[in-house]
Amino acid sequence: MVNRYAPWRYILLILVVVIGALYAAPNLYGEDPALQITHRVNLVDEGELNNIKSLLEAGGIEYRSAELDGNNVLVRFASEDAQLRAATQVRDALHANDRRYSVALNLAPATPDWLSAFNALPMYLGLDLRGGVHFLMEVDMESAIEKSLERVAGEFRTFMREEKLRYNAVQSDQQKIRVRFSSAEGRDAARLVLEEEFRDYLFADTSDDRSWFIEISYNAAALEEERRAAIEQNISTLKNRVNELGVAEPVIQRQGDERVVVQLPGVQDTVRAKEILGATATLEFRLVHGSFTDWSAAQASGKAPIGTRLYLQSNGDPVLLKRSVIVTGDQIVGAASGIDQQSGSPDVTITMNAKGADRMAEITRDNIGKPMGVVFIEDKFEFREVDGVRQRIRTTESQVINVATIRDQLSKRFHITGLDSTREARDLALLLRAGALRAPMVIVEERTVGPSLGQENIDRGFLSVVVGFILVLVFMAVYYKVFGLVANLALSLNLVLMVAILSLFQATLTLPGIAGIVLTVGMAVDANVLIFERIREELRVGNTPQAAIYAGYEKAFGTIADANITTFIAAIVLFGFGTGPIQGFAVTLMIGIVSSMFTAIFGTRAVINLIYGRKQVSRLAI
Amino acid sequence: MAKTLFNNFDFMGLRKPAMILSSVLLLVAVFSLFTMKLNVGIDFTGGSIIEVGYLQAVELEPIRNALEAEGFGDAIVQHFGSASEVLIRLVPEEGKDKAELSSQIIGLLEAASETDIDVRRVDFVGPQVGEELTEDGGLAVLYALIAILVYVAFRFEYRFSLGAVAALVHDVVITLGVFSVLQLDFDLSVLAAILAVIGYSLNDTIVVFDRVRENFRKIRKKTSIEVVNMSINQTISRTLMTSLTTLLVLLSLSFLGGEVIHAFSTALIIGVVVGTYSSIYVATTTALALGISRSDLLLPEKEGEDLAGP
Repeated sequence: MVNRYAPWRYILLILVVVIGALYAAPNLYGEDPALQITHRVNLVDEGELNNIKSLLEAGGIEYRSAELDGNNVLVRFASEDAQLRAATQVRDALHANDRRYSVALNLAPATPDWLSAFNALPMYLGLDLRGGVHFLMEVDMESAIEKSLERVAGEFRTFMREEKLRYNAVQSDQQKIRVRFSSAEGRDAARLVLEEEFRDYLFADTSDDRSWFIEISYNAAALEEERRAAIEQNISTLKNRVNELGVAEPVIQRQGDERVVVQLPGVQDTVRAKEILGATATLEFRLVHGSFTDWSAAQASGKAPIGTRLYLQSNGDPVLLKRSVIVTGDQIVGAASGIDQQSGSPDVTITMNAKGADRMAEITRDNIGKPMGVVFIEDKFEFREVDGVRQRIRTTESQVINVATIRDQLSKRFHITGLDSTREARDLALLLRAGALRAPMVIVEERTVGPSLGQENIDRGFLSVVVGFILVLVFMAVYYKVFGLVANLALSLNLVLMVAILSLFQATLTLPGIAGIVLTVGMAVDANVLIFERIREELRVGNTPQAAIYAGYEKAFGTIADANITTFIAAIVLFGFGTGPIQGFAVTLMIGIVSSMFTAIFGTRAVINLIYGRKQVSRLAI
Repeated sequence: MAKTLFNNFDFMGLRKPAMILSSVLLLVAVFSLFTMKLNVGIDFTGGSIIEVGYLQAVELEPIRNALEAEGFGDAIVQHFGSASEVLIRLVPEEGKDKAELSSQIIGLLEAASETDIDVRRVDFVGPQVGEELTEDGGLAVLYALIAILVYVAFRFEYRFSLGAVAALVHDVVITLGVFSVLQLDFDLSVLAAILAVIGYSLNDTIVVFDRVRENFRKIRKKTSIEVVNMSINQTISRTLMTSLTTLLVLLSLSFLGGEVIHAFSTALIIGVVVGTYSSIYVATTTALALGISRSDLLLPEKEGEDLAGP
């Protein structure tokens, strides 16, 4: 009896080895520190590339290469030190003319061209390995609905006025709008008309001893639509803000109905990133009412005159502003921070859109010589336990940062001052440029890994894989001799294949992923141990070596399949219910199971057949 | 020459002592889980962890004092890995469970230190996310067990299926018990390890069952206990070999993989040891106790032959 494999099986095996090696290879080359330069609106071209090159040369900064890569310029450096110096230099020079350039620190794969030609790329390193921030942010849907109903209330008011429906008041009250009427008949008449016109709402009648109400809320479909719009607009605002921060390869993704995952690789100043992403700050411009004596009186009595609201200024003084808003933050299309020429204090130059500019021009023209206030509005959150139920409490902080006399008619562009520091001015300008969040967001989970820990994780993960792997190789060779060496070949191929598959799918390699690889290495020998123990058994009962090899592989196959399928089921369940890191672990486990089945059964059999299959052997080195 | 570790060892003769051992371990584990509970990390309870590195070794007392002065008296401050690395843990507290807290603490530490500090890691988990994780984690284990129960029942027989699940529950409870008794940190990675233990222990159990089934079908004259004994003897060297190679790798992870992987590998080491034992004693003993016998495992007669004919 002989054990032979048909030639096509060897060809298949060699193909797998070659392709596996090809796609695993890019991981050996590591990554270069790099700068990624993009423009928010225009495509960067050859001219800009040359401009950046000459900037670097003028500054005496050595770079490895500079090239156009899709929509951006990619400059590689030999050291992180050169990368950081170049970042400051290039950013300052480009921003002097146009602030819409984004200069981001990045790690660019140093894959040689001949490998890139096969689309072979290294695995993407997770945040725990390269350092960076992971945020899970939750949209406050109650506030989103509340805010959108506040807007809608105006529509109802206008409509009823136009239709001459007599109502007393329209108020938005948390998740609904309440319209008050002085008679039941008036209410019923209005309801008929309203229901006809506004299809997206639910209407309900209530009353107390003096008044009659219609309570209006979104119907299920409209509610769903509002929630979707809230999260989508927030995602686009977050994207703008991240662009402003200058982060390479950010991930901003929706997770479930109310949450957004934000991953910022390589961000150093996480405190600032957190402030910028979660900030709900916006501006409002209103006219000032009365004089200082009116303001103090209002503060003392706690009552603001009708049509006005009491605010505090940054120095603690009270001020009364008119309720009607001239323009709000949404109408701002551009903002840049700088230094006010006259006072030398930080300022922000604001550019309005056409609608905002018209309104600003109209109001300021009629009010020259009168003071105007700039209100800075920020939403803050707090969790509080009320009767065992966790509740989120929103508090809105409004502060008047600046009161200035209108000296001239304002239009499209103007300055505001009264900010505490240049940093505050810079952040405010950034937030105004990126747009406001439609609904406030809170960070419900944060995972930040500093760059030093990231490198340490890579080093340690790599070391533990190598040491564990070598230990297993030595052990197998000692215990199973020639067969052990064959198993070691299979094990090495298994490792190469796993890395190749992970690279091919551009899977993110995380620390738990490395643990998964290591564990699979430990468990991958199981199939070979099963086969080899079977072969030993067959030899013990007196079979010939050839028959023992044949029976060993044959009989062990069913057991291996059963054992691996059950483990695979466990991995699927892990993947389905786990979050990020657990899923990474599950994916490596699944890939490992499949590739180890191939290498440990098919791969070893091919080599064993080659060694023993073609001749008469009296004994096996097992 | 082929070698064997055991030729004809009477494993089932030790059934009773093994059952007593398992029962005692399970009782201790359950008792500890109820009284001392698990030392669950912020992944499940919510809270913040901040890990910072200093240029040289630092004393913890000044850091504690600085934090206390700003109202963080209940923060846990300890060295992590080395004397120049410090870990600060904040338990969730009403109105104090916001992501901004960590920024505040980092600011405090920077102010209190004369040299620059390196922020190595910040983990913040909101209380709601923590609750969801606990729920999802528990569900994941439950669904994994059900899926396995169904697959094994389908491939083998329901008594084997119950045996396999008994072994898995045994392994999971004892591993959790060790974490509870020693009050080791139980975080998300340990939960992943527990799930991996399920996969691993199952692998072992299936191999033994597979042999039991094969022998039942092949051998007619022996009693059930004899057949099981024989099957375990035949598979024991494989069981030990695989456990050994896996343990080699896990020990390498545990000693070299760094602090973050440490808890993960500890859980797996315990799980692999307990899992190896349970696939020999718990899984088969349960199947035997449920009265598994040769007739339950015979291949079904070909039904087509009975139905054939006029």
